Amino acid sequence: MKTQETTSRPDNTAFTQQRLPAWQPVLSAGIVIPGFLFIGLAFIGIGIGLFITSQSIQVLERDYTGTGSSSACSNCVSSNISCFCQLNFSLSALFPGPVFFYYGLSNYYQNVRKYGVSRDDEQLWGDVSKSPCSTCGPYQYSQNMTIAPCGAIANSMFNDSFTLYQLVNMTKKTVPLDGKGIAWWTDYSIKFRNPTEVYGSLAAAFNGTVKPVNWAKPVYDLDPSNPANNGFLNQDFLVWMRTAALPDFWKLYRRINAGDYVSGLPAGNYTLEIQYNYPVADFGRKSVIFTNVAWMGARNSFLGIAYLVMGFLCVVMSMVMLIVYAKFNTPGEDS
Amino acid sequence: MARERAESSRAHRRTSKKEPKTRVVHPNVLYERVKGEENPNRHYADNKIKTTKYTLLSFLPKNLFEQFHRFANVYFVFIALLNFVPALSAFQPELSLAPVVFILSVTAIKDLWEDYRRHRSDKEINHMDCLVYCRTERGYVEKYWKEVRVGDFIRLRCNEILPADVLLLSSSDPDRLCHIETATLDGETNLKQRQVVRSFIDLDTEFDPLKYNSIIECEKPNNDLNRFRGYIIHRNGRRDGLYKENLLLRGCTIRNTEEAVGIVIYAGHETKAMLNNNGPRYKRSKLERQMNVDVFWCVVILLVMCLFSAIGHGLWIFQYGDKRPIFDVLSPEGTDLSPVVSAIYLFLTTVIVFQVLIPISLFVSIEIVKICQVYIIHQDVELYDEETDSHLQCRALNITEDLGQMQYIFSDKTGTLTENKMVFRRCTVAGVEYSHDANARRLAMYQELDSEEEECTSHGGTLPRRDSAASHHSSRMVLRSQSTKSHRRTGSRAEAKRASILSKHTAFSSPMEKDITPDPQLLDKVNECSSQLEYMRYHQQPLSQLPSELSDVLDFFVALTICNTVVVSSPNQPRQKVRMRFELKSPVKTIEDFIKRFTPSRLTSGSNSSSSSSLATSRSAPRTSCSLLPSPSAEGTLVRLQEERAPTAPESIFGPMLLTPQGPAGPPEEGELRYEAESPDEAALVYAARAYKCALVGRLPDQVTVELPHLGKLSFELLHTLGFDSTRKRMSVVVRHPLTDQLTVYTKGADSVIMDLIGPPAADDTKGKRQRKILYKTQNYLNQYAADGLRTLCIAKKVLSKEDYAVWLKSHLAAETAIQGREELLFESALRLETNLHLLGATGIEDRLQDGVPETIASLRKAGLQIWVLTGDKQETAINIAYACKLLDPEEEIITLNADSQEACAVLLEESLHYIQSKFLCSASEPSDRTFHSDFSAFHTPGTFSPTSTFLIHRLGLVIDGKTLAYALEKSLEDRFLAVARSCRSVLCCRSTPLQKSMVVKLVRNKLKVMTLAIGDGANDVSMIQVADVGVGISGQEGMQAVMASDFALPRFQYLQKLLLVHGHWCYSRLANMILYFFYKNAMVVALIFWYQFYCGFSGSAMIDQWFLIFFNLMFSAFPQLITGTLDKDVSAETLQDLPQLYMNGQNSEEYKPYMFWMNMIDAFYQSLICFFIPYFAYADSDVDLFTWGTPVTSLALLTILLHLGIETKTWTWLNWASIAFSIGLFFMVALCYHSSCPTCFSPSNPYWTMQRLLGDPVFYLICVITPIAALLPRQVASQGVYFYRACQGSLFPSPVQEGRQLDHLPPEVRRSLLSQSKGNAGGLFGIRPAHYAFPGVFQNHGAGGHVSCRRRGGTKHPPHKAAEKGGDCVPRTEQQDPRRCGPAPSEADTLPYSNPHSLAPSGPEDHLHTDPLLDPPGVSLVNRVLPCAPFNPQECVPLTESPPASSPLRPKGGENSPRSQVTEGQDFKERGDQVHPKDTSKEDFFQTTLL
Repeated sequence: MKTQETTSRPDNTAFTQQRLPAWQPVLSAGIVIPGFLFIGLAFIGIGIGLFITSQSIQVLERDYTGTGSSSACSNCVSSNISCFCQLNFSLSALFPGPVFFYYGLSNYYQNVRKYGVSRDDEQLWGDVSKSPCSTCGPYQYSQNMTIAPCGAIANSMFNDSFTLYQLVNMTKKTVPLDGKGIAWWTDYSIKFRNPTEVYGSLAAAFNGTVKPVNWAKPVYDLDPSNPANNGFLNQDFLVWMRTAALPDFWKLYRRINAGDYVSGLPAGNYTLEIQYNYPVADFGRKSVIFTNVAWMGARNSFLGIAYLVMGFLCVVMSMVMLIVYAKFNTPGEDS
Repeated sequence: MARERAESSRAHRRTSKKEPKTRVVHPNVLYERVKGEENPNRHYADNKIKTTKYTLLSFLPKNLFEQFHRFANVYFVFIALLNFVPALSAFQPELSLAPVVFILSVTAIKDLWEDYRRHRSDKEINHMDCLVYCRTERGYVEKYWKEVRVGDFIRLRCNEILPADVLLLSSSDPDRLCHIETATLDGETNLKQRQVVRSFIDLDTEFDPLKYNSIIECEKPNNDLNRFRGYIIHRNGRRDGLYKENLLLRGCTIRNTEEAVGIVIYAGHETKAMLNNNGPRYKRSKLERQMNVDVFWCVVILLVMCLFSAIGHGLWIFQYGDKRPIFDVLSPEGTDLSPVVSAIYLFLTTVIVFQVLIPISLFVSIEIVKICQVYIIHQDVELYDEETDSHLQCRALNITEDLGQMQYIFSDKTGTLTENKMVFRRCTVAGVEYSHDANARRLAMYQELDSEEEECTSHGGTLPRRDSAASHHSSRMVLRSQSTKSHRRTGSRAEAKRASILSKHTAFSSPMEKDITPDPQLLDKVNECSSQLEYMRYHQQPLSQLPSELSDVLDFFVALTICNTVVVSSPNQPRQKVRMRFELKSPVKTIEDFIKRFTPSRLTSGSNSSSSSSLATSRSAPRTSCSLLPSPSAEGTLVRLQEERAPTAPESIFGPMLLTPQGPAGPPEEGELRYEAESPDEAALVYAARAYKCALVGRLPDQVTVELPHLGKLSFELLHTLGFDSTRKRMSVVVRHPLTDQLTVYTKGADSVIMDLIGPPAADDTKGKRQRKILYKTQNYLNQYAADGLRTLCIAKKVLSKEDYAVWLKSHLAAETAIQGREELLFESALRLETNLHLLGATGIEDRLQDGVPETIASLRKAGLQIWVLTGDKQETAINIAYACKLLDPEEEIITLNADSQEACAVLLEESLHYIQSKFLCSASEPSDRTFHSDFSAFHTPGTFSPTSTFLIHRLGLVIDGKTLAYALEKSLEDRFLAVARSCRSVLCCRSTPLQKSMVVKLVRNKLKVMTLAIGDGANDVSMIQVADVGVGISGQEGMQAVMASDFALPRFQYLQKLLLVHGHWCYSRLANMILYFFYKNAMVVALIFWYQFYCGFSGSAMIDQWFLIFFNLMFSAFPQLITGTLDKDVSAETLQDLPQLYMNGQNSEEYKPYMFWMNMIDAFYQSLICFFIPYFAYADSDVDLFTWGTPVTSLALLTILLHLGIETKTWTWLNWASIAFSIGLFFMVALCYHSSCPTCFSPSNPYWTMQRLLGDPVFYLICVITPIAALLPRQVASQGVYFYRACQGSLFPSPVQEGRQLDHLPPEVRRSLLSQSKGNAGGLFGIRPAHYAFPGVFQNHGAGGHVSCRRRGGTKHPPHKAAEKGGDCVPRTEQQDPRRCGPAPSEADTLPYSNPHSLAPSGPEDHLHTDPLLDPPGVSLVNRVLPCAPFNPQECVPLTESPPASSPLRPKGGENSPRSQVTEGQDFKERGDQVHPKDTSKEDFFQTTLL
C-alpha cells in the first residue's frame, strides 16, 4: 500500500516556498550618496533649462476691473448697460509672436461644486428637445421654456468683448484677432454639437428654447456672421464651458497671428477697446493678458525654481552624508 | 464550549426533573401500517442533515443581515445612501454604491460558495446507503441515510459507518460485542467495545425485529459522547438499564464485527456527533483590535475635516453677504440658502466626498492578504511531515498575524512535547536490574539511521532544487541538517513511513515500539523458569517449589501480558479477532439461568473500562476450565465458590487446564499478531513481554490466552478487570492462574501508589529480609529510572485465598449492582482488593521526546516566549520530561508548590514571593522594584523591552501540582500565584485537569494582558486551546479533537518554531505594514481633496474625477500592496530562525505602534501637500480646466503612493515589479479609455480627451518626475538620517530587524561563519567583519538582551553599576553562573550574531569595562549590575538568605505521597538557605538532586 502518489506534500516551488529571487534595496552610503548627487545634478540641469525658457516668455497683463479711480474702465463699473472703455498700453520692443490674448478673472470660483455641475452635456450635444437635467437648476426653464444652453455655467458666460488697435500715426489700425481654434478641438468637433438645422436655419433648430437669463442674445445669435462659430459651437462659449480649476484663471480669447502681426506685436502704442458687460467688481477682478508661449506653455517660473530647489537639496543632502560618512568612517573600517 | 453547553444542558435537566425529560423510542415496525401521525417517534428529528446556512430564498436577506453586523459595512451603505439625497448629491448615486456593492458581493459570493460546498457534502452524506428493516419486505432494504428514522432497525456490516446513534441489539460476535472505531469522533485510534443490550444477549437465534416489542426510554439528545443513560421496557414490564456501552455513535465505523443490528435512538442533528460539531470560531487578532482604534481615529479626522469644510463654506458664503456672486448657484427652486444651511448641507456632502478616508477596501484587502498568507503557510514544505503525510493546517483564517505576537506558550506534554510513543526501555524484576543495553543501542540506532538518511536527502534530493532557487539557501540547509541532528528521533524516514502505514491499522505499533531486544540475562531466566516449569509439570510437582526469583520473573511477564486491556487481532484478516475457542461443553445451563434470575440487572464493566469482566453468556460457556462452571462471570464464580468450598482437587494443578499448542482456530503466526491497546504504555509492555516469548495471543472478555516458552498456550480465566483510573493510578486483573489454580490479582500502576500498597514483609526471616532488600533496591532503580526520564510502572501481584475472594466478591457484586453511588462503591471495592501486594518488579518506559523539542524550546525562549507546560502527568514524570526537553535547566532552582489546603497554598505563595524578591532584588519593597525597573528600561533600547514583563524573569523554575493549582487559581490567590509564576523562567503544572489548564491560560491572558498560545494534542487540551488567543493542535496520534478545536494544526511540535518565528513574524510585519500603508494611502488621497477645498470655496468640489476617486483603492493601488502584503520579507527565514530574538519585534508590536499611525498620517498630509501644490503652482495663471488639472494630481498621487510602497518594500520580486507596473499601466490605460469612450457621459466631470491631451503636455511629465521625489524625500531623508545617526553614533542599529536584514545581505559563507561563531561563544566575541561593509557598527548587536550592549550601556550611562558589580557577590551563585541572562527578555547572548566591542569602544575611562574580559566576567548578568542597590552593602543580602521564615515555599520533592509537614518544610528551608548561600556552591545542586 504505497501512498507515494497520493502524498499531500506541498509543491516545492519558489513561489510557494517564498524563495522567489528577490532584489533587496540596500541603504548603503555607496548607493545613497551618489544617487542623491546624481538626482540633484539632473534636477539642477532641468531646472536651469526650465527657468531660462520661462524667462524668455513675455507677459503683458492689464487689469481693467475699473475699481479705483485711476484705472481704466472705472466709468463702466457702476453702469448697468453695456459700456465701452479703452485700455492703452505701449510696447517698447517687439512682442514676439505668436501672441495669445487671454482674459483673466480672479477670485472667480468656477469650481464651486454646484456651479461646476450646472450643465447638460446631452443638450450641448445638440439634443435641445429634451428637458434639461436637474443639475441645471435653477436655470432649467424660463417662461416655461427650456433654456438653451441651460445651467449656471452657460448663464454666467463671460461677455466682454475686445478690439485691439495699434496706434500708427495717430490712426487706429485694427489688429486682427483670430478666434478660430481657441477651444479644444475635441470640444468643438465631438463634445458639442448644434441641433440639426431646420430648413437651413439654426434659429429654427433652437425653436422651443429660450436664451439663458443673463444673456443678451440667444445662442444661435452668438456669431451670426460665421455659421461655424455659432450656436453651441461658438468658440468663446466652448472656452467658457471648460470650467477653470482654480479661482484665478485665464481664458484664451484670441490669437494674434495674422497680417502684419504674425511675428508678434511690433513696438508702439496700442489701444484695447473693451465692451464692458461682465460685472465682477463685487467679488473679484478681471484683466487682459497678452503672452507668447514656449514649448512648456505659458510663462511659469515655478517649475524651474522647484527643480532647482530640489536639485540643490539633493546635492546638499549628499554632501552632508558624504561629510558625515567621511568623518565617522574611521580609517580601517573599509579595509 | 461544548463542555459548557453540555453542563448547562445537564443543569437544565436537573432543575426541571419533573417534566418528562426523556425520549421514548418505539420501534417503527409496529407503526409502519399506521398513518404517519400516529407514529410516536414522529416528533424526533429525522436523519437528514443540513449544515447549510442559507436556502435559495433566504440567502440574500440573511447574508446581507450577517454582513451588516460588521459596522464598517453599515457605514459604507449609509454613505452610499447619503448620495441619494439630492441636496447633497456629491457623487453620482449609482456610482457611489459601486464599491459597497462590490465588497458586499465579494463577501456574499464567498459565503455562497462555502455554503454550496456544505450543501454538496450534506447531500453526499444524506445519500449514503444503509440497511433498514422493512416490514413489508420482511427484511432489510437499502435506504438512504436521510430516510432513516428514529425507531428504525438497521443492520450494520463490518467497516460500515454508522448513520445515526444506534442502540446495539444484536451482534454476530459470539460475545455479543461490537467493536467500533471512534477516530472520527474523538480521534482515538483504538477500538472500543460495545455491548448488546443486556436483554438481548442471550438471544440464540438471529434477531428478529418483528418480535421486538419493547420501548426504550432514554435521555434527551445531548452532546456528551461519554454518557448515555436509559432503560428498555419490555412488554412483560421488565426494565433493563442502557449505558453508553450499548450505544453506537454516528460517524463511527464498525470493526471486527460481521454484522450488528440496532435501533436508531437519535438521528440527524440530534446525534451526539452532530451536537458536538460546532462551527469555527471567530477570533479577532490583536493587530485588528489595534487597527480598529485607528479606524476610529480616521472617523475623527474625517469629521474634523468635514466640520472644517462646513465652517469654511459658511464663512465663504457669508463674506459675499447679500451680493451673491454670479457663480454662486441658487437652489433649484431659486431660493437663496443661508450660510448656516449651506454649511450643514456641505458637511454631509463632504462626508461623502471624504469617505475614502475610511478605507472601504481595507477589510477586504486584509481578508485577501490573510488568505494568501494562509495559503503560503500551508504550502511550506518545511512544515510538512512525511511520516504522517500531513502538513500544517490553518483552521482560523483571520489570526495569522497573531502568530507573530505571542508572548506565552502553554504546552501540553504528552503527545506534544513527547511523541506519545512509549518504548520499553528497561526493567527490574525481584530487585535485579536488567538494563537492556542492547535495547538502548537499538533505540540509538534509530537516531543514527535517521540522521544519516537526512543527510542523504539533503545532499541528494533536496539540494539541486534548492540550488536552482537560491544557492545560499541550500548550503544553509545542509549545514543545519548536519549541525542540528535531531537528537531523538522516531527512526529513519523509510522506517517511519512504513510505520505510519502500519499504524493506520494499529496504533502504537511502530517497529521501534514493537521490536524490543531482550536482555540476555533476563531471557535466560525466563527460559530457565519455563523449562523448570515444564519439568515440574512433567513430574507433577507443585509449582510452589519454583525458586521465588524465577516465579517472580514468570509472574512479572504474565502480569505484563495480561494486566491490560489489549485486544489481539490478526493482520491476515484485518480487524478479525483471533479466536481461541475450545469446544468443551459442560452442562451449565441451569446454573446460569439461576444466576441470571437472581441478578436481573447488572453492569458489565468495572469503573471505566469497557472490556471488563464479561457477562455470563451461554455462548461463552465452552471453556477449558476444569471446574464445573465454565463461566467466568463473577456470579458464576461466587456460586461456584460457595458450592465447592472444599479444597480443589490436586490434579487440577495441571491437567486439562493446560492447553496444548494446537488448533485449527489458532492464529497462523503469532509473530504477526497485532495488539490494539487503549494506551501506548500498555502496548509497550505487551510488546516487551512478547520479546521474552511471553506473548499475548488472545483476549476474550472472560479469558486471556498467553503463550509461554516450553509451556505453550495457557489460558487465564479472567474474573475481573479493575480498570485504570487516575485517582487509583493503577489497574488490576483478577485471574485464575492456570498453573496453580490460585486466584491471583495482578496490579500495575504508578510506583508511588504501588510501593505504598506492598504488604509488609513477613517478620524477620530470610524471606522477609529478601523482600525488604528487593523493595529497597527496586525503589532505588525506580529513582534512577525517573532520573533518566523514564516512565515508571510497578508490577505487583497478590494471591487470594478463596475465602478472601468470596468475601471481597460479595461486596464487589453488591457494589456493581448498587443503584446509588455505584462508581464510588466500585472504587472502594477496588481499594479493598489492591492491598498487601507482593512486588514483582518495575518497568521503565521511555516516553520519547518529539524531534527537535529541546532545540525548539530553546529557540522559542530566545525569542522571548515564556513557555509553560501544563500536563496531566504526575510531577516526577513531568519534571523528567521538562529536564529532557531543556525546559528546566539543571542550573535552575526549582520552586515546588504542593499544598493541601487553601491556607497552606497562600502561605507557600507568599513565601515564594518573598524568597524571589529577597533573593534577586535584595529588597522586597515594591518601590525599589519600580525604580529598578525604570532604571532598567531607561537605558534599554525600547525595542527590546517587553512591556509585559514588569517582573524580571529569573533563573527559577516553578513546579506546581494540580491540587495546589486549584487553590492558587482561587480569586484570592491568583494574583500572588501569577506574581510568582511570571518571575520564573519556566512553569510546570502537573496533574492538572483540562479545566485547570484552560483556567491557567485564561488567568494569564486576562491578568497579564499578554498574547497566549496553547498547544496540545489531546481531548484534554481542547479547553485550553479554545481559551488561548491562538490554539494549536498537534495532529499526532491522539487524534483529531485538539485539531478540531485549534486554529492551527501542526504535525509536530518542532514546527512551532518556524510557524512562529518565521511565518508569524512575516505575517505580522506584512499585515502591520499593509494596514499602516492603507491608512496612509487613503489619508493621502483624501487630503488632496481637502486642500482643494481652500480653492473652491469649501464647496465640496473634487478635482479628482469621481470614478478615479471611487476606484482608486479598489483598482489602481490595490495590487501592489496585496503583493507586498503577501510576499514581502523583511528578514529572511534563515535569519529569523537563527536569531530568534527578532521575534520580539512582533511581541512588542513594534511594527504597529499608535504613534506610527500618526506618523503615517502626518506623512500622508505632507505628501498630499506636495502632490497638491506642485501642480497648483505649475498650473497657476493658466487656462487649465478642472479635470485637466485634477487628472495630473491623481496621477501624481498614484505615482507617489506606489513609490512610497516601493520604499517600504524590503524584497523585490518580479511580482512586485509587475504589480507596480501593472498598476501604473492600468491607471493610464483606464484613463485613456475612459477619456475617449463617451463625449457626453460621465457627467459632471465629462473628462473627454483629457488624458490624451495631458500626454502631449510637457509640464505633465515634468511634474510627474519632481513630485514623487519631492514628496518622498523627507521620508527617505528621515530614514537615512536615522540610519546615519545610528551608524554615526557608532553603535546601534535602529532595530534588531534591521540588523537581521543587514545580515541577509551578506554572502552566505560570511553569514554562516558569523552565526556559527556567535553560537559557539557566548556574547562578546569578535565577529569577522565583512570586507565590504560600509558603516561602522553595522554588526553591533542591538541590545536585545545581549549582555555586551547592556554592559556598554550600563557602563556609559550608569556609573553606579560598578558598585553593583562589586556587590554582585551577594547574588547567589546560580545566578552568577548564568552568562546569558540580561534582563526581562529571556533572550540569550549566545544567539547574538556577533559583536565587536573593540571597534565600538569609544576610548574613554569606561573602556576597560567592556573590553577587559577579566574585569567584566561574562558570568555577571545585568541583573546584578543594575540592582537598585547603588550604595551597595554586601551584608544586606546575607540575612535574607540566612534567616528563613518558619516555613518555606521551597521543598524538596520527595515522592508524591511523601507526607509533608511544617517541620520538614522548615528543614527544607534551612537546607535551601545553605544552598542559597553565596559562598556555598557545593550544595547548590541540592534542589535538583533532592527533587529527583
